[in-house]
Amino acid sequence: MEELEKLLELRHIHKDYGNGAILKDVSLDIHKGEVVVLIGPSGCGKSTLLRCVNGLESIQSGDILLDGNVISGKKTKWSEVRQKIGMVFQSYDLFPHMTVLDNILLGPMKVQGRKKQEVQEEAEKLLERVGLLDKKNAFPRQLSGGQKQRVAIVRALILKPEIMLFDEVTAALDPEMVREVLDVMLELAKAGSTMMIVTHEMQFARAVADRIVFLDDGEIVEADTPENFFEHPKTERAQKFLNTFLF
Amino acid sequence: MEMSLDINFINQYIPLYIEAAKLTIRLGVIGILLALMVGFICAMIQYFKIPVLRQIVAVYKELSRNTPLLVQLFFLYFGLPKIGIKISSETCAIIGLTFLGGSYMAEAFRSGLEAIEKIQLESGLSIGLTHAQVMKYIIFPQALSISVPALCANIIFMIKETSVFSVVALPDLMYVAKDLIGLYYKTEEALLMLVIAYLILLLPISVIASILERRLRYAGFGN
Repeated sequence: MEELEKLLELRHIHKDYGNGAILKDVSLDIHKGEVVVLIGPSGCGKSTLLRCVNGLESIQSGDILLDGNVISGKKTKWSEVRQKIGMVFQSYDLFPHMTVLDNILLGPMKVQGRKKQEVQEEAEKLLERVGLLDKKNAFPRQLSGGQKQRVAIVRALILKPEIMLFDEVTAALDPEMVREVLDVMLELAKAGSTMMIVTHEMQFARAVADRIVFLDDGEIVEADTPENFFEHPKTERAQKFLNTFLF
Repeated sequence: MEMSLDINFINQYIPLYIEAAKLTIRLGVIGILLALMVGFICAMIQYFKIPVLRQIVAVYKELSRNTPLLVQLFFLYFGLPKIGIKISSETCAIIGLTFLGGSYMAEAFRSGLEAIEKIQLESGLSIGLTHAQVMKYIIFPQALSISVPALCANIIFMIKETSVFSVVALPDLMYVAKDLIGLYYKTEEALLMLVIAYLILLLPISVIASILERRLRYAGFGN
């Protein structure tokens, strides 16, 4: 990985809500084209870390750099930065009063000031890629959970982000819909997208990740290739965590 | 009880009711529009938790909702002149109605705003929208369609409340009816015309409100 360009740098991130630290001295580099999967027990801070990256949560100390520019400062123009950082959330977060297409077009048209016709073509291509072109005029309420998440992915992709953040995007889905969403993410990974993924799907983590980062109690305990991490976890905490997935 | 209505009497005084209805409508519409504005501003102050103003709004809402319009009007019309502030009957009525309705409208807007989950704001921000754009394109349209039934109920409530305007010597519908009863003892006729007049005013609003509600519910969210 050394020769690859650093896209996102987290340097000594510290965050707390006043009653105990959520993130303790977290440092992590993510390179262009790399897929990093964050795993760890509930409440370990992995979702918070993602939310800090796109400014939905503030940090008390440390720096976050995107393309070498500090984005964790007070003067950050988040509207610009967030176009480079796509995010998909756990709950189906589509705008319920807009059709699928309008959900997708809102960002490009209002944020980037692009023409509807040109973006719509792109949106339709992306929808086709996730198998939902026939749903372009549907309202979110008419879609299944898995379909909504795929639309949410397209809504983030249309802005051509440099990195995509996925915050437990399958956690609220019925089991039979998990696969269709993970397949889309896997395809994105193969196409060279830079991604930071929080998930509880261990098989998927193993299949998609270039690197697994194991967080526990607000700190990075282990970071390794999926093979090494799943086959030979070095720390006791990681071993214990992985054991909870065995029956 | 036998009741024979004096049709001639009714015909003779219909114009009086029409004049009174015009006054009720005029003051009602002004009061409602102002109350919508006051309510919206109060709801915004509470939604964005603006310090100091927020506490003022809270006090205003309690005052407004826990005192009858009648008392509010007495205060404006008879109380204020004692400290040298004299305002006309119509101004009193408009201020009173706005003061009363504003808090109810605020509550209607607030309930709509609070019904929108935080994730809507966050996902709006995550695609690069500014806070103002998120409000405009995502929060307001959804919140407003949730607020519509309550807003409509408030409009009807406010028009009904105009019936106390007669205490500040305004010749509204109630005033005309009381006047006719006092002058001619034509109680049945005067009251019947009063009921009908209010129904003519309020029924269409009621119907429009329910159509609007259904439209918003279905068209907006694709059901």
